Amino acid sequence: MLNNIFLLLRQELTLSVLIFLLLFIKLGRERSNSSILNFVNSALLINLTIGLVLSAKGELFSGMFSTNTLMILEKNILNLAVLIISMQSYVWLKNHNQVIEFYLLILTSLLGMFFLISSGNLLIFYLGLEMSTIPLAAAANFDLLKRKSSEAAMKLILSSAFSSGILLMGISFLYGTSGTLTFSILTAHIGNNPLQIFAFILLVSGFAFKISAVPFHLWTADVYEGAPIAVTAFLSVISKAAVLFTFVSILYKVFQPIASTWYLILMILAVVTILIGNLFAIRQDNFKRFLAFSSIAQVGFILIGISGSSIAGSASLIYFILIYVFSNLAAFGVVSVVSALTGKENIADFKGFYKTNPLLSWVLTIALFSLAGVPPTAGFFGKLFLMMSGAAKGNYGIITFAALNMVISFYYYLRVVKAIFMEENETPIEKLSIPILSKIAMYICVAGILVTGLASVVYDYIYSLSFGL
Amino acid sequence: MQEITLNQILFVSTTLFFIGMYGLFTRRNLITMLMSIELMLNSVNINFVAFNKYLYPEKLDGLFFTLFIITIAAAEAAVAIAIIINLYRSHNSIDVDDATEMKY
Repeated sequence: MLNNIFLLLRQELTLSVLIFLLLFIKLGRERSNSSILNFVNSALLINLTIGLVLSAKGELFSGMFSTNTLMILEKNILNLAVLIISMQSYVWLKNHNQVIEFYLLILTSLLGMFFLISSGNLLIFYLGLEMSTIPLAAAANFDLLKRKSSEAAMKLILSSAFSSGILLMGISFLYGTSGTLTFSILTAHIGNNPLQIFAFILLVSGFAFKISAVPFHLWTADVYEGAPIAVTAFLSVISKAAVLFTFVSILYKVFQPIASTWYLILMILAVVTILIGNLFAIRQDNFKRFLAFSSIAQVGFILIGISGSSIAGSASLIYFILIYVFSNLAAFGVVSVVSALTGKENIADFKGFYKTNPLLSWVLTIALFSLAGVPPTAGFFGKLFLMMSGAAKGNYGIITFAALNMVISFYYYLRVVKAIFMEENETPIEKLSIPILSKIAMYICVAGILVTGLASVVYDYIYSLSFGL
Repeated sequence: MQEITLNQILFVSTTLFFIGMYGLFTRRNLITMLMSIELMLNSVNINFVAFNKYLYPEKLDGLFFTLFIITIAAAEAAVAIAIIINLYRSHNSIDVDDATEMKY
């Protein structure tokens, strides 16, 4: 039994040990920032490898916590993303006074996401969700003296508290109509009962807040702009990925009996999300706001993939998230280095960027190509599989609409590329010296973008683990 | 004496939920908005306890959920108030209308 706990909970346990270690380091004598950063980065690497080595399947605490190979893979994706973000924020954190607090907050949030992914019960699900959002609100306020940072944190905590209130109302009605909180028993009680449909809509609204699907997206751009870049990257990639993983497993497993209802809801959400995300992304000047709206549009494509409700639906979601981690983090990595060294965050500042910083320009360009979905990069294959999964339902009108929106999205992604390579600038960003860790992170991202698309092994592996309706 | 039915309790909790939502949308003071959110969470608590007592008295799932909601609401309020204090230091106000630097 004890062995079992150590095997099944090993990713969560490693993370908890790391959090406690950091607390003790904080309490002990003062250390230099660079030694702390080196320690944390190597610890995160160990954390990632521990997740990779063994695979296990089982349930703990009478079904409250369950894990299998797919969930371990999802957690590994999150671990990898946290490692990349940590390496990228080296420049920013090196001169910061509260390095350890930053890691405490984001690692606690990551721990919450692990429990969220593994939850087998609505109680653990709620606890994991809150554990992953509350520390993030504190982390969004990490630049204590900046006005925008505190505004962003205020907006994040109020909207997330509101959304969890709505979500809880949904959970309470589900409990009232079925009398149980366990997912596996709950499925048998779900039907076309009006109160349950109402509860389901409340639950989906709560989810839509967290993944920032239109019309629940209003907090996204403001929070992304105000928060420090490392936190923005965390919010846009990791927290969204964790909630999406849970969303798809709850939809496919628990709400299986009302699949026709949620298919309609997903379709409406997807269409509005893609359209609004694209239209607002066109008019942005700030790089972080631009990436915020582009990430909203990407969520729309993901929703189309999920609506396919086959094995391909969940497989293409996980595959796309893996690619999205690499491409979005590559973009954020370049922006964070530029912002930490020069303080510039506007798209106009990147004019003539290629003349002074060819390496960073290429990384950013490949990342934007992948986000847009240009063929040799992985982003193309990710979107292709999402569309194919959605098309399996035969709703070709909406697929065409999404494909047309991909064309619109080319406009704003390539506008940035044009600014980098073709436009003249009298005061371009000077040549930056990039620390070795950030460079490694960028190479990992670029390699990921190129390899995950071309090596079919990755998708086949994910497909072999996935589940359908 | 007449027994209180489940419907009456659900009416109270739903009213409380929407009063909280109304307060969140109309009030401009951050502390009051936080109180409105607490109102919404408490209406959920009433729901859970009522469902547990009237429909499923043999198991205690709903009561436990309520305990966890209260705990988490306290944690949420702690972080939110810390953020509001920090906002007050930079903006000299806890009115949401004064913190609108970022739009569209």
